[in-house]
Amino acid sequence: MQTKMPETSSQNAIDVQNAVKRFGNFTALKQISLAIADNEFFTLLGPSGCGKTTLLRIIAGFDEVTEGSVRLYGEDLGALPPNRRPVNTVFQSYALFPHMSVLQNVGFGLEMLGSSSTEARECAGRMLELVQLSQFADRRPGQLSGGQQQRVALARALAPQPKLLLLDEPLSALDLKLRKAMRIELKHLQRETGITFIFVTHDQEEALTMSDRIAVMSEGELQQVGAAREIYERPRNRFVANFIGDTNLLEVTVDRIEGARATCHLGGGHALSCEAVDGVREGARVHLSVRPERLFATAEPAGPEALAARVVETVFTGTGITSIVELEQGPRLTLRSSNSERGNRRVFEQGAACFVNMEAGAGRLLID
Amino acid sequence: MAAGAVGGSSASSTYREARGWLLLPAWSVLLFFSLAPVIMMLVYSFLTKEHRGGVIWEFSLAAYDQFFLDRGLFGDEPPRIQWTYIAIFWRSIWQAGAATLMSLAVGFPTAYFIATRPAKARPLWVFLITIPYWVNLLIRTVSMKFLLREQGPLNDFLLWTGAIDSPLQIVNTNLAVQLGLFYSYLPFMVLPIYAAVERYDFALSEAAADLYASKWTTLRRILLPAVKPGVVAGCILVFVPSLGSFLAPDLLGGARNFMIGSLIEEQFKGNAGNWPFGAAASMILLTLVLLLLLAFARQQARAERRS
Ligand SMILES: Nc1ncnc2c1ncn2[C@@H]1O[C@H](COP(=O)(O)OP(=O)(O)OP(=O)(O)O)[C@@H](O)[C@H]1O
Ligand SMILES: [Mg+2]
Repeated sequence: MQTKMPETSSQNAIDVQNAVKRFGNFTALKQISLAIADNEFFTLLGPSGCGKTTLLRIIAGFDEVTEGSVRLYGEDLGALPPNRRPVNTVFQSYALFPHMSVLQNVGFGLEMLGSSSTEARECAGRMLELVQLSQFADRRPGQLSGGQQQRVALARALAPQPKLLLLDEPLSALDLKLRKAMRIELKHLQRETGITFIFVTHDQEEALTMSDRIAVMSEGELQQVGAAREIYERPRNRFVANFIGDTNLLEVTVDRIEGARATCHLGGGHALSCEAVDGVREGARVHLSVRPERLFATAEPAGPEALAARVVETVFTGTGITSIVELEQGPRLTLRSSNSERGNRRVFEQGAACFVNMEAGAGRLLID
Repeated sequence: MAAGAVGGSSASSTYREARGWLLLPAWSVLLFFSLAPVIMMLVYSFLTKEHRGGVIWEFSLAAYDQFFLDRGLFGDEPPRIQWTYIAIFWRSIWQAGAATLMSLAVGFPTAYFIATRPAKARPLWVFLITIPYWVNLLIRTVSMKFLLREQGPLNDFLLWTGAIDSPLQIVNTNLAVQLGLFYSYLPFMVLPIYAAVERYDFALSEAAADLYASKWTTLRRILLPAVKPGVVAGCILVFVPSLGSFLAPDLLGGARNFMIGSLIEEQFKGNAGNWPFGAAASMILLTLVLLLLLAFARQQARAERRS
């Protein structure tokens, strides 16, 4: 697992400090602090309207922060206009120039940077090859499909080889197959060019598969920043646990904290032990998150913490089997096992009594 | 699939029938208000003049002959090219062109300004632009004369600021006519450009800035091509009526700055007129305007193909 990035350093591609953005009396960003390392593939993940585009627009220079500062490779961006920032954007709405050909669109940035028009055209041609649109070079953007336009927007932003590339949901208009191919292509491209990517999406799978680190946002706040695995396995709060993947939330009361271990109990008094978490104190009533694939059912209790339950429903989903069980204490849990020999042995008939066991370290205390 | 195709074609033929009837008003307007007057003009221009206004129904080329050829005072000399009217036409084109450029220079920033106000405020700005035009054109043109004359507010202001020592003679110059035309038709420049800029997607300007284009380059390479139809419409809407205008040249230009409009107007006024000559001058003006527009369209098409 990746270690935490240092809070400030001149090596960071981007340093956002206490950024606040207000539109009138609506606060779109609330005190955001974020450091993104050079060469990093960084993803902003969050539901619609949480402020992802707003943050990108501030970094690109289209909007200014109301409070706080943004630094690019240690240099305060202040009110530097967008055309003076070595940053390019793939716009959520593409924003392709309708009166120029695809090739001219892609070559525009290079031309503005002072390349000769032949140079610009050659480089634009190479970029179009990369996004597999060479045969459309002479078309107008209006004559392309949404997905093709999106790829032109990508090629156009990459062509000037910026230090930092901002991508605002660049794959949202593509069909699933192309999207999956483009994910790999983008990731590959990022490694090869060494350009720092800030990638915006509200697709958690996209975020998990591509990113070095992910920032989960909601309502203008960063909920958690970390590597994909860290965010998935150690969510900080209920929002993150629910937003990334499926999870079971159990209401628990924390009894004792000893070093890195915490002991807590469910409503019915059943004791569970898990890892202690900063911000959760003894006596607190909080939620424990457990991923469905880290629970398994057995006929006999597999340990002292096994919970007696009854199977409510079993659903076959192809690669896996999902079971819903009801605990003696009342709450329902979802279990998922893979469709394999070992996994199948853990599946019970509907209505059968069983014991639900948690893998070691599967339970995660949430701070709210 | 086949059934769908059949259904589709029958539906569209019903549609076409209905459309035939619905187009009737449009066709009649075109026929009665565009085509009929032009045909009437064309016919009148080939008739013989009646001495106290009106026409005699007898074919004659006299009107065109008078326009282009000079046969001396008594009409018995060998014909030479008549420059008088061609000069008036040339001056008219020049004056209308200057007025169009002035309107563009003032109208474009105005339209841009209005289109970039918050959506709620825009109708108010458009309203403010059009208010002066509720006043009759004649009265506005006369007021312009008062503004521009030697003891008028413009000269008073310039004297007061010390920019000039003695009042400027503006009335009865080409400039006065240009200013008059400019003021008469400014909204026709502002409104189409405003409509175009309002529809413009400013994300394109952001994209250009993101790709290192300066403000000026963005204006020239991205905004202008996008709003060009509005600019062209504005220029035509100012240029064409300016060309045929007679109020501004009559009231502000004095006797020496005569324009085509005045020439034509004279021919239909009172007993001194010459209807066929007025009609011929109108036809020549119409042809000229059409040729200019056609040349412009051709040049645009060629530029389009080149890019
Ligand atoms: N110019 C603006 N004026 C007022 N409010 C704005 C403005 N721009 C954005 N907002 C508000 O700020 C919030 C964040 O918007 P933003 O566009 O950043 O969302 P987003 O996370 O990109 O959403 P999506 O996934 O739908 O693109 C929204 O509630 C939006 O209504
Ligand atoms: Mg967005």
